[in-house]
Amino acid sequence: MGVVGERLQPSLFERSRPGRGDGKIPHPPQDALDRLPGPARRREPPALPELNEPEVVRHYVNLSQLNYAVDTGFYPLGSCTMKFNPKLNEWAARLAGFAALHPLAPDAVAQGTLRLLWELEGALAEIGGMRAVTLQPAAGAQGELTGILMIRAYHHAGGDTDRTDVLVPDSSHGTNPATATMAGLRTVTVPSAPDGGVDVDAFRAALGPRTAAVMITNPSTLGLFEERIGELLDAVHAAGALAYMDGANLNAILGRFKPGEAGFDVMHFNVHKTFSTPHGGGGPGAGPVGVGERLVPYLPEPRVLREADGSFRLERAGERATSIGRLRSFVGNTGVLVRAYAYIRAHGGTGLREVSDDAVLAANYLKHRLRDAYDLPYDRACKHEFVASAASIRRRTGIRTLDIAKRLIDHGFHPPTIYFPLIVEEGMLIEPTETESVETLDAFADALIAIAAEAQSEPQRVRDAPRHAPVRRLDETTAARQPNLRWRPSAGGVMPCPD
Amino acid sequence: MPYGPHTGDDRARMLAALGIDSVDRLFDDIPAHLQASELRLPPPEPELQLSVHLAALAAENRTDLASFLGAGVYRHWSPPAVDQILLRGEWYTAYTPYQPEISQGTLQSVYEYQSLMAELTGLPVVSASHYDGASATAEAALMTCRQTRRARVLVSAAVHPHYRATLRTYFGARLEVDEIPMAASGDEAGTLDLAALERLLADRDRPVAGVVAAQPNFLGLFEPMDRIGELAHAAGALFVAVVEPVSLAVLAPPGEYGADVAAGEGQPMGIPAQYGGPYLGILAATDALVRQIPGRLVGLTTDVDGRRAYVMTLRAREQDIRRDRAASNICTNQALLALAASIWLASIGPHGLRDVAAWGAQRAAELESALAAAGAFRLHPGPYLNEFAVRVPDARAVHRRLLDRGILAGLPLAAVLPDERGLEDGLLVCATELTTPDEIARFGEALHAELAASAATDGRVPVGARSR
Repeated sequence: MGVVGERLQPSLFERSRPGRGDGKIPHPPQDALDRLPGPARRREPPALPELNEPEVVRHYVNLSQLNYAVDTGFYPLGSCTMKFNPKLNEWAARLAGFAALHPLAPDAVAQGTLRLLWELEGALAEIGGMRAVTLQPAAGAQGELTGILMIRAYHHAGGDTDRTDVLVPDSSHGTNPATATMAGLRTVTVPSAPDGGVDVDAFRAALGPRTAAVMITNPSTLGLFEERIGELLDAVHAAGALAYMDGANLNAILGRFKPGEAGFDVMHFNVHKTFSTPHGGGGPGAGPVGVGERLVPYLPEPRVLREADGSFRLERAGERATSIGRLRSFVGNTGVLVRAYAYIRAHGGTGLREVSDDAVLAANYLKHRLRDAYDLPYDRACKHEFVASAASIRRRTGIRTLDIAKRLIDHGFHPPTIYFPLIVEEGMLIEPTETESVETLDAFADALIAIAAEAQSEPQRVRDAPRHAPVRRLDETTAARQPNLRWRPSAGGVMPCPD
Repeated sequence: MPYGPHTGDDRARMLAALGIDSVDRLFDDIPAHLQASELRLPPPEPELQLSVHLAALAAENRTDLASFLGAGVYRHWSPPAVDQILLRGEWYTAYTPYQPEISQGTLQSVYEYQSLMAELTGLPVVSASHYDGASATAEAALMTCRQTRRARVLVSAAVHPHYRATLRTYFGARLEVDEIPMAASGDEAGTLDLAALERLLADRDRPVAGVVAAQPNFLGLFEPMDRIGELAHAAGALFVAVVEPVSLAVLAPPGEYGADVAAGEGQPMGIPAQYGGPYLGILAATDALVRQIPGRLVGLTTDVDGRRAYVMTLRAREQDIRRDRAASNICTNQALLALAASIWLASIGPHGLRDVAAWGAQRAAELESALAAAGAFRLHPGPYLNEFAVRVPDARAVHRRLLDRGILAGLPLAAVLPDERGLEDGLLVCATELTTPDEIARFGEALHAELAASAATDGRVPVGARSR
């Protein structure tokens, strides 16, 4: 049996033949490297693959075709907001004026980008109801770290150094507790209420003089708006703690709820979710952070500033002594931010509100369609996403959510997020987004309903899924027990193969 | 809404199915007093108008300058094939390969990226990507603390100032960072002061988890990496090398000189400068550190039919599984940039990579001669690859005036290293394969004219006594 199927590709290293692919770059003079000192030199050249351009192109085009993507089909991955990525934005980010600009170029030659960043900060502040925004964090998780470090700095500035706890609900994203640890703080997990909301009483009990921050995702990771959020925020502030909003689910509430107005002190935006910058197979994203008045002094440097004459400049290192410092090099993932800016300008305030209206309508419609075939553990109006569960199906048939997800692949759909949030048995978190048509929503619902019936009638077909994918279920145990994390070209061309 | 599919009929149909008359009913759970004020943003711009607007903003930036600016971000030629492949929607509109059966393209490309970086760095375990060189360096330093269960890291003052600042932010809350000064004079000027390193390592009350040094360093100079590694290891510390990937075509790889971890900025591998990102954080480590490395890892395995297949593995290090005990909070990373770097490497090949590195050295040597002829000499005696510092009296003012002549004369060091004595009049300049002899000549001539003009004005050349 060949390991290389019709569409599967050999590795770059197997394709390599000595002598291929030369000629793109002229050869420099022979003595160009003569001044390199001996000890600094590389003795053996790296064994990188040698390929000609047609092979490189075929390799990567064929590989790309093994991927499911928003551009190829419906991708209802809950919590990730896999909406359409407008092509204009890709074009814009590649304009030479944006793409070729060095991040240490003097402000005078970077006025276009600086203006764009300054306007984007303003737009995000307006959307979040926040006082100011930093665009520096490279992703939502880095935004969380930024926010928690600012909260920590705020408490310390007030002489309040005993606040070491970060409260998170048990339905939170894993990044929240992981962030608390990175910031040197301790995570306290608070159970959710039976209706899926935060348990305000449990929070009240956990709040105290040691609480530095509370991290809340609203709407929650169950797709539910926290109706008692006002009460909760009051309790947080009464305890002297600050409230962080995980903005992962902002796509549900644009123009409907501004976290800053409601009392959140800090939040991050996932521009690769809400503002349609592409997910890139895992990244890049950007995680701008908005803050209320009292955290402004602690924003990371550099901020983008507007001078009295209307020109723009970057803050200098050390200009603001209260800053928590840098989270990364340079100003931020600017190329991603250009795309987010374009998206916001294309929509304006009215368009953004429509985005959320349509995203929420689509999610509720889809939830309604699945009502008879799946459990809906939190059966009330959802926001942009909802949790369905295969718990009853599993009890009846032994078919698990994982099997259903794999069977969806045979129907031509990307599965939803499964087994998250962790508090739902056999859960699937479904987020259709606003850019999918009713026809697509119906086709997806039909497929899920058919699979539920099939679980009863022909369970083995579901267990064997997927049948129509480039590869079928993988041996993940061996991958973890005997990790093979790199090709070993120096091993004489011997396949580092799975046995 | 420009990208939405719903017609009035579609919305009516969905509302009817839900038995409600308005989408507003779906927001009734937002308490009245918490409902948002009006969203005050500029009105929607149709694409035609928006494209003109964006092009005008881009045109406000000046990218027509003859640029000698590097300082961690380098301009390299990228074959058009690279971006054309990247523009396939199957790459950039997919997400994390949670479902491996329909993500083999991304998974294989990550595995290949890991393999390419393992070759370049000489270290076997490579994470699927971090945000940038600075955050990768901070994560590398955190790895050394977890592995050694020590809480203090030493970082060379000749590591990029943004990386050091990032490291301080990441460590600020709970761990210590001390800086190892540069030698101020002699043949080693501008490189790590080995005697100072020995002193810092000797403090037995504050044992060191890791030593961080860059090759080439921020000033373009070569560090004695093998010696730094020996000293670190002798003190029970791990050694983190901050690397520049193009230079690894010709410079000894970290795995060869004893580094336990390599971190670096992958931007030079064909990724546009784009004012700071998205870039590519490289993180590589020895096998011994495989459970400490943060970020995604892709492994080779088989499917149920025995076909070769790739999958994310060793996931118990990650935040979505391990929560507050994860190796890092990283989730979204820079996967598309890792892909870009891989395609770039595959396109130019090992010989092309060597030629790119060698052209940088060649043009930089020509630049050194041209600047010396203009009266600006190097600040440090040690050898360099493609970047070096020169002394220019009143560097910041000269830098500004050269801009008016269409020259981006590198980086005035006083702007980023204000506390470093002896660098006040330094300009950090670099060259790559894209630097032309004509640009070098223009820089030399323009600098000569500026220096002559200020000498004529002052009657002397001011030396280093300028106030900041």
